[in-house]
Amino acid sequence: MYARTPVLTAIAIAALAGGAMAQDMANSMTLVSWGGAYQHSQDEAYAKPYMQMHPEVSVTWDESSNEAVAKLRAQAEAGNITWDLVDVEGPDSQRLCDEGLAMEVNFDEVLAKGDDGSSVEDDFGDSLINDCFIPQIVFSTTFGYRTDVAAWNGKEPQDLCAIFDLENFPGKRSLEKRPKKNLEWALICDGVPKDQLYEVLDSPEGVDRALKKLGTIKDQVVWWSSGADTPQLLADGEVVMGSTYNGRLFSLIEEQHQPVKMLWDWQVFDFDGWIIPADLPEDRLARVEDFVRFATDTKRLADQAKYISYGPARASSQPLVSTHAVLGIEMGPHMPTNPANQKNYLVNNIEWWADNQDDVEARFQAWLAQ
Amino acid sequence: MAQIVLLKPQPFSFYGPVVAAAGALAGLFVGTAQGSGLAGIVLGAVLAAGIAWGLTHLSLPRRAARWGLAAIFAVLGFVGGGVMGLIVGAAFGAFFGWFPYWLADGRYRAGLPPYLTAGQVLWEYSFLVICGFIFFFLIAPIIVVMPLSFNAENFFTFTPAMLHLDPSGYSLKHYREFFTSSDWQHALRNSLAIAPVATALAVSFGTLAAIGLSQPHVPFRQAIMAILISPMIVPLIISAAGMYFFYSRIGLQGTYVGVVLAHAALGIPFVIITVTATLVGFDRSLTRAASSMGAGPVTTFFRVQMPLILPGVISGALFAFITSFDEVVVVLFVGSAKQQTLPWQMFTGLREQISPTILAVATILVGISVALLATLEILRRRSERLRGMSPG
Repeated sequence: MYARTPVLTAIAIAALAGGAMAQDMANSMTLVSWGGAYQHSQDEAYAKPYMQMHPEVSVTWDESSNEAVAKLRAQAEAGNITWDLVDVEGPDSQRLCDEGLAMEVNFDEVLAKGDDGSSVEDDFGDSLINDCFIPQIVFSTTFGYRTDVAAWNGKEPQDLCAIFDLENFPGKRSLEKRPKKNLEWALICDGVPKDQLYEVLDSPEGVDRALKKLGTIKDQVVWWSSGADTPQLLADGEVVMGSTYNGRLFSLIEEQHQPVKMLWDWQVFDFDGWIIPADLPEDRLARVEDFVRFATDTKRLADQAKYISYGPARASSQPLVSTHAVLGIEMGPHMPTNPANQKNYLVNNIEWWADNQDDVEARFQAWLAQ
Repeated sequence: MAQIVLLKPQPFSFYGPVVAAAGALAGLFVGTAQGSGLAGIVLGAVLAAGIAWGLTHLSLPRRAARWGLAAIFAVLGFVGGGVMGLIVGAAFGAFFGWFPYWLADGRYRAGLPPYLTAGQVLWEYSFLVICGFIFFFLIAPIIVVMPLSFNAENFFTFTPAMLHLDPSGYSLKHYREFFTSSDWQHALRNSLAIAPVATALAVSFGTLAAIGLSQPHVPFRQAIMAILISPMIVPLIISAAGMYFFYSRIGLQGTYVGVVLAHAALGIPFVIITVTATLVGFDRSLTRAASSMGAGPVTTFFRVQMPLILPGVISGALFAFITSFDEVVVVLFVGSAKQQTLPWQMFTGLREQISPTILAVATILVGISVALLATLEILRRRSERLRGMSPG
């Protein structure tokens, strides 16, 4: 869009091309995200700077990522795609891509190279999980615990398995009302080594073994379904420890100053990123591709970390991560990707879950109802 | 006409157990809060019975005994639970200083017909207590939200500072957030732009439909009525999904007009029902009298019929307005992010970011609803009074 070389002719050509392209681009975009602090960080780091460069563009945020799959299906069925860019988690992007609801992206063409010159493929690395998913951040699900629990006699949880230790750490815990992550954690605390996790889960009695382990604390668990639940439950002392997204815990601890600490043990990494809905009209597609190229470049991804403690998906952004925009604290130590925080970690096996999710989900819900 | 009721003093064997039961109930609440409901029941019953005996047998001056009891409980409450304990304790003390006397004197029979049996008297008061509980369970969830909206923290939590009525535990910051945040203001503007227009449409169509359907010669009246009322009966999610696909095809999905039309459709049944109800009492000879004097149908409608059915139209309009103002399911389907209304913003806010700003908005909305309903009730009483004064 803008001239990068000082050569006069290049500028002229770029300006001409830019002028021509600008006419072919739609001037309004509907971006879909998760609301709250996360959407705020995207607005500050991506959308506002983009609109400054392109004053003619208006951006509308829709906080509908939670039901993105269902709504995109409905939009496709009604032949009325109203969204331009949708923020989804990795597994959802897989489903949307498989169903043909998300557009397959030619990464080398659409995305910018790393500022250090690395290719798109090298820079994003493992986060390029399928042909539709444009990665933004690495986030993790991990545990927070209250630091003022009298019944713990001054002890503090040191590792994940404190979750299952009702003797030393009595009190309610909150876990997500889904099998994903919980089964893996249960097996790890049941003595299964990391590299055999999915082998065990794949075996006929694997899921039962995990559920049996979860059963040991079932009557002490408050099940959550929204990322805001655990922070609320921890803040009013209804639970003494609970799992949630690391950014939520960061906000609870550093911004809201609640007596809570993070437990960086066996955090589960996930990717979050954009998908472009399939079959967008040409002018809107052109605008969205232009925006995505800008919003996922090295600098913008690093900028986002000023507002929220999620790690940028590009390797080249990591060294640029600096301090929080308001609090002024160094963000590096709060990143899930910080080496000190990932002594033990898991990455969701997206393939295993894609194959088994429906079945395991049903068994988990049946187990919950028992 | 004054009733003559013989108030006769009652024996301790009657009021002792009754006061003890009340004490047990109070003890249950206090005991549960302190960790043991059972101990609370027993202690409360014993304490209350003791108070009842003491008040009636230790010839204390009554007034002094009552105030003294309230003061003792208030001090105990303050020691146990700070300012909040003081208030609760004083209330308990005042109640138990009054209740035994009330029973012992037999004053509880004062307002009742003298021929009632003991069982009927008991039922009379049980009924009041049951009504009180129903009222409490309906209102409590709404009341609880209000102090929380003045929370100084960003969570739905009664902080210790709030429970001690410490001013630093309270703040108006969530109200400030509501009035300064562009998201909330955008949602408020949308709600205020959608609800009145939807109400106007619903009122016009609903009133016309009700008048039409009240004509005896209209064919298939019942069937038409059923169809028009259906948005109220069909589960909202089904109407919403249907509207979504229909509006998508004709290009109304995600537009202001689409949301207004959808909300008007939801409001029409309320208008039809209230207007039909007022039309039942409408005297048709009035319209015939008007036309015999040369008034056309339009003049007749606005000068004769409309003023008489106005109360029904206004209450229908109010329901239509509140329906649109409170509605979240249909707008989630039919609207796009540009038409985000207040309930929608509250819904996503509650899911993504549990913030007391939602409670502040809820408190404001409850205030608006109460004001609207109170206005309506005042208007209704006024029109009743005016009608009562006019001859015939």
